[in-house]
Amino acid sequence: MSAMNRDKMLVEAIQSGTVIDHIPAGKGLTIIGRLQLKNAEVRLTVGLNLPSHGGGLKDLIKIDEWRFTESDAAEMALFAPRATVNIIEDYRVVRKFPIGLPERFVGVFACPNTNCITHNEPVDSRFRVLVADDAVKLKCHYCERAFADSLFIEQGSL
Amino acid sequence: MSNPLYRRDVISIGDLSRTDLEFIVNRSAELKHSGPLPLLKDRLIASCFFEASTRTRLSFETAVQRLGGTLIGFSDSGNTSAKKGETLSDSIQMIASYADAIIMRHPQEGSARLAAEVAGVPVINGGDGANQHPTQTLLDLVSIAECQGRLDGLSVALVGDLKYGRTVHSLAQALGHFNPTFYFVSPDALAMPAYIEDNLTAMGIHFSRVESLEEVIPMVDVLYMTRVQKERLDPTEYTHIASQFILKADMLSHARSNLRVMHPLPRVDEIHPSVDRTPFAYYFQQAENGVYARQALLSGVMNEAIELPFPGGR
Ligand SMILES: [Zn+2]
Repeated sequence: MSAMNRDKMLVEAIQSGTVIDHIPAGKGLTIIGRLQLKNAEVRLTVGLNLPSHGGGLKDLIKIDEWRFTESDAAEMALFAPRATVNIIEDYRVVRKFPIGLPERFVGVFACPNTNCITHNEPVDSRFRVLVADDAVKLKCHYCERAFADSLFIEQGSL
Repeated sequence: MSNPLYRRDVISIGDLSRTDLEFIVNRSAELKHSGPLPLLKDRLIASCFFEASTRTRLSFETAVQRLGGTLIGFSDSGNTSAKKGETLSDSIQMIASYADAIIMRHPQEGSARLAAEVAGVPVINGGDGANQHPTQTLLDLVSIAECQGRLDGLSVALVGDLKYGRTVHSLAQALGHFNPTFYFVSPDALAMPAYIEDNLTAMGIHFSRVESLEEVIPMVDVLYMTRVQKERLDPTEYTHIASQFILKADMLSHARSNLRVMHPLPRVDEIHPSVDRTPFAYYFQQAENGVYARQALLSGVMNEAIELPFPGGR
């Protein structure tokens, strides 16, 4: 049995939807929080602390009937930058792509600056992603402040 | 003469290139020497101060009127519909339908950028909370060029609260286009933030921290003073620390003859009145230049091409 099939046995297979794999162990719940923010009705099957191919542990989430786009996936990038996304149709993987850090986040996170105008106006938050020396910062398009990614990761776990 | 500012929003100092900044500096000098020109004739400018700031408002409104423009607007949010719960987006769209340009000040960061996105006319930021106040930086540049005869290659000391002072952050960013050498003089607790220093390093700009005000004076062309606010420091240390960042006339005995002392005003006690009578004091001329810098900006934003009716324009 291949490694991939063994994973499928660990959590029940889905007919169509999305499988997010290789989530760092412990980050799965954060991602579930984000998914439920976007769609409270979403049907999920979750595997936590599964053995990973490279040794160590990972989390894995199966999402019924919701085929992720790259931008859906990118919203999860801060929490699981090395995860992979598998799009499933008819129990088969029809497309597979890595979650990549996007250039910007639009309407995903609230600005950590409480005096930012975005909190009072009918406007999407907009952040540019700045990467320097392995540190990721998000700079608000409106108030022009840059914030460490950890501030947004805390938002994500709610 | 065409100009690079026509119909542009001016929200953040980072939006302006070296060319834009030079345009404003040169135009400001021209307008100062030419006297009033009707460059805003038949233009209606909205002056919207959602937060009171008498000094900034008077400077902008003087600039508009000196150029023959007319004004509508308000000087604080007390009587506006914002008080009744209308969004800024709605207020600005309504005002933009009346006026040819909007000057605005607002207590929240990002308000001017948002306004520019919903307004169909140019928006000029007169201060958005703790974020940006680009015309302050423009008048600083105009004044530096005026008293030094150039902007390129100057040595500039920034003194006082360099941590929270948006004025010095914006000035450092704008002067960064002109190959400066910076000296930062501040209490340790109020040092220049790392992200600003990182930006300067990335731009290849030389800067160093200097311990004392007296030490830096002989090394610079411009001494830019700012206030160290009491609430930013430990109260028991405040008197001792703040006194080290107070400029007195006798400290200027080893200054270069071209040194000029600048300050965004209002000052409290960081520049002793004895300095006012020295040839180094330039802060009152600097404040006056606020009107010319704003005239230069407005005339550029509102006119595609400007015919100068006088000879000798640069
Ligand atoms: Zn913001």
